[in-house]
Amino acid sequence: MKKDAPHIGLFIPCYIDQFYPNVAIASLELLEKLGCKVTYPLGQTCCGQPMSNAGFESKTTDTTSKFIRDFAKFDYIVAPSGSCVLHVKEHSPKIDKLKKNQEHLQANIYELSEFITDVLKVDSIKGSFPHKIGFHASCHGLRGLRLASDSELNEPVFNKTLQLMKDLEGLEIVELTRKDECCGFGGTFAVSEEAISVQMGKDRIADHVDKGVEIIVGGDMSCIMHMQGIATRDKEKIQLMHFAEILNQVIS
Amino acid sequence: MSHPENATVFLKDKARAKWHDDTLWIVRQKRDVTIHQIPEWEKLRELASQIKDHTLSKLDFYLEELEKNATANGIKVHWAENAEEHNQIIGKILDEKKCKAIVKSKSILTEECHLNPFLEEKGIEVVDTDLGERIIQFLKQPPSHIVMPAIHLKKSDISEIFHEKLHTEKGNVDPVYLTHAARLHLREKFLQAKVAITGVNFAVAETGEFVVCTNEGNADMGVHLADTHIACMGIEKLIPRRKDLGVFLRLLARSATGQSITNYNSHFRSPSPGKELHLILVNNGRTKQLAREKFRNSLKCIRCGACMNTCPIYRRSGGFSYGSTVPGPIGSILSPGIDMKKYSTLPFASTLCGSCSDVCPVKINIHEQLYEWRQEITKAQGSSLKGLSMKLANGIFKSPLAYRISGKMMRASLKTLPDSIIYNPLNAWGKGRNLPDLPSESFKDWYKKNR
Amino acid sequence: MSSKESILAAIKGLNMEEKPLPEIPDFAVASDLVEAYTHSLNANKGTVVSKVELEQMIADTGFAKIYSSSPSFASYSNCEVPQHPADFADLDLAIIEGQFASAENAAIWLDESNLDLRAIPFITAHLVIVIRKENILGNMHEAYQRIGATKSGFGVFIAGPSKTADIEQSLVVGAHGAMSLRVVIL
Repeated sequence: MKKDAPHIGLFIPCYIDQFYPNVAIASLELLEKLGCKVTYPLGQTCCGQPMSNAGFESKTTDTTSKFIRDFAKFDYIVAPSGSCVLHVKEHSPKIDKLKKNQEHLQANIYELSEFITDVLKVDSIKGSFPHKIGFHASCHGLRGLRLASDSELNEPVFNKTLQLMKDLEGLEIVELTRKDECCGFGGTFAVSEEAISVQMGKDRIADHVDKGVEIIVGGDMSCIMHMQGIATRDKEKIQLMHFAEILNQVIS
Repeated sequence: MSHPENATVFLKDKARAKWHDDTLWIVRQKRDVTIHQIPEWEKLRELASQIKDHTLSKLDFYLEELEKNATANGIKVHWAENAEEHNQIIGKILDEKKCKAIVKSKSILTEECHLNPFLEEKGIEVVDTDLGERIIQFLKQPPSHIVMPAIHLKKSDISEIFHEKLHTEKGNVDPVYLTHAARLHLREKFLQAKVAITGVNFAVAETGEFVVCTNEGNADMGVHLADTHIACMGIEKLIPRRKDLGVFLRLLARSATGQSITNYNSHFRSPSPGKELHLILVNNGRTKQLAREKFRNSLKCIRCGACMNTCPIYRRSGGFSYGSTVPGPIGSILSPGIDMKKYSTLPFASTLCGSCSDVCPVKINIHEQLYEWRQEITKAQGSSLKGLSMKLANGIFKSPLAYRISGKMMRASLKTLPDSIIYNPLNAWGKGRNLPDLPSESFKDWYKKNR
Repeated sequence: MSSKESILAAIKGLNMEEKPLPEIPDFAVASDLVEAYTHSLNANKGTVVSKVELEQMIADTGFAKIYSSSPSFASYSNCEVPQHPADFADLDLAIIEGQFASAENAAIWLDESNLDLRAIPFITAHLVIVIRKENILGNMHEAYQRIGATKSGFGVFIAGPSKTADIEQSLVVGAHGAMSLRVVIL
């Protein structure tokens, strides 16, 4: 670790903390291997997104205030979830008492791959991962944080997450039929619109399966949890992974 | 009526639901191909958005300018505060002409105003002349899509209703055969009609003209054969300058169907000698939407339907599942402004994936407005069940201890509960999905031990 | 209060801040405009034909009722413009002059100076539009610059034959209006 390395606050979304500790560990270790000073504030809970998206943004001021207090002291705040980062950046309610801290937080919070490419200026990670993968572009990272170009806009093609993986030996990234259609998770949508949510997830998985994908790789465990749940139920052999797990595994 | 219930029913017919999804996806793909042929596409969207923003910010000025210029051209301009007044104005014109039958080209506004039942009650025969609209009129259905009104129907459905109404050969499902049968049937109607009604795609304030776009040519067949043309427009259809049409006509058809332009783009400025041209400017709640700052720019909509074609929910639930005149994402931000209670489930019929906003040719931030409507609706609903559980969650998340205990309890209880309870069919998550395998410890516990 | 007054009052009452109206810049256009035009027209299900091909087509089909207001094909015209447009319901072919066209989408501009009756290009079974090569413009912005402040009671961009895809998205040409569009570029 460099002496003057910026101090990073690791934000681990609540469901990752509870259900996917390995993704959190991989994110932490990956950042450390890249020379970062990382702290996980133990008091952190949730960013408030599930409530806000359900229409209760006004009831998340306590959660938001707590989040600001936990994280504003860091130079950068990094999370392995585009969705939660987008929420903190754009949808958390304004807390007047903590205005300065909230502004600092919103300007310096990054999704993991975005932080590695844009702040650490890492072009790609070297290593070997001889697998055929399909990339699941999570909507909030894609169209909210613009982590990649989307199929709707006429813009130059880029993908910050896949850029980091582009030099991995043996890696094959397949072209999907619908490269960035939503998987149907959508927070409370997953239960309030159960039928469509599941159908969308099935359709997404089928696109990967049809292309012979071994592993669906994504950047948001919420989407992955939803698709994994369907794949397991439907006895699909396909695996699902967070990109942090792969990068942390290949990097020496 | 709730969107989730309707969607569940729609998805029951798996093959048909998949066909619907695929059909609309193909339209979306055609749009993608065509917009990539225009290097300045994103610039055009920005221009269109700014032109509409500007127009809305001076809407009173431009409406008066439109009226002044249109009147000088010989167009009779009418103002309607609501749907009823709109219908009355048309009814009065028809009474004066002693007209008992009209032909009408596609107009979502007349659908919104329920013009057809109003006229039919008066004993006037209404013939919708757009092929898709004629089909659904035969079936006594509303349109399920604003550009492709019969997109929910299969050719076998159409063949059946044409056999009944137009005496086409039973079982002949050839689209060419069916279209030509409709051509003959409608040509007769065109030749007889004395009054033709159309919608309006764009009205130009500086010239007092308005533009109607079709591919079939049905609007033109109607109005040029009739003695009287009545055009109905929402007050938001205005643009300031004629040259602004260049921007909008480049965007409209490409966004709607992937064509470079509709085949007929007619500019009406004054009536033919001896004929009459009426233009009705309709409010029907638009000034209320204009007053809602967060939702104001939904009035920029040019009704291309691209947000429907791209919406993964619309494609998998069909237009009728929304129960509103305008379905899909744009309908879900317009309709709650008309009746928040009736349409309260619509802003939740979205994953907020944002695809709608990125295809929108006038850059309406549709998914952000869906989010904002959710906030409005929950405020209006007060403490519902969902509200209570969310308050509880906020309580848990603001306290790290409560969060940890509830997390641990959740992990523990999920491990000990039998599958039959977790995957109870009443449990919406577990109906079609498993829960994740549960780790022995949370990241927090791991971190405390290892760092 | 009249509806006009109440609508205008409701808008004025909002005291909205005026947003800027952008100027529309020039955009690059295709280098070979005739080629681009032909490509666009094909996509719209119309076809570019030569003068000779058109003459051959007319000879082959033996259309009974032909109306031409194009000086280049004046000799083919065999009927008068009727009082009422419905009397053109049996028109087989109309040949008219277009003012200019836009290569990006094949749209041709016609106004009342080209149309003895507004109904002609719609009611005819088959339509031919004649344009001059030098009048093929790049895009719609150039087209509206060309229209400028012209005053005509009616004007239309026609970009192809009448078509529909309302039955299961199957494209069918000849819905209500002209069943074909041929464009002669002179």
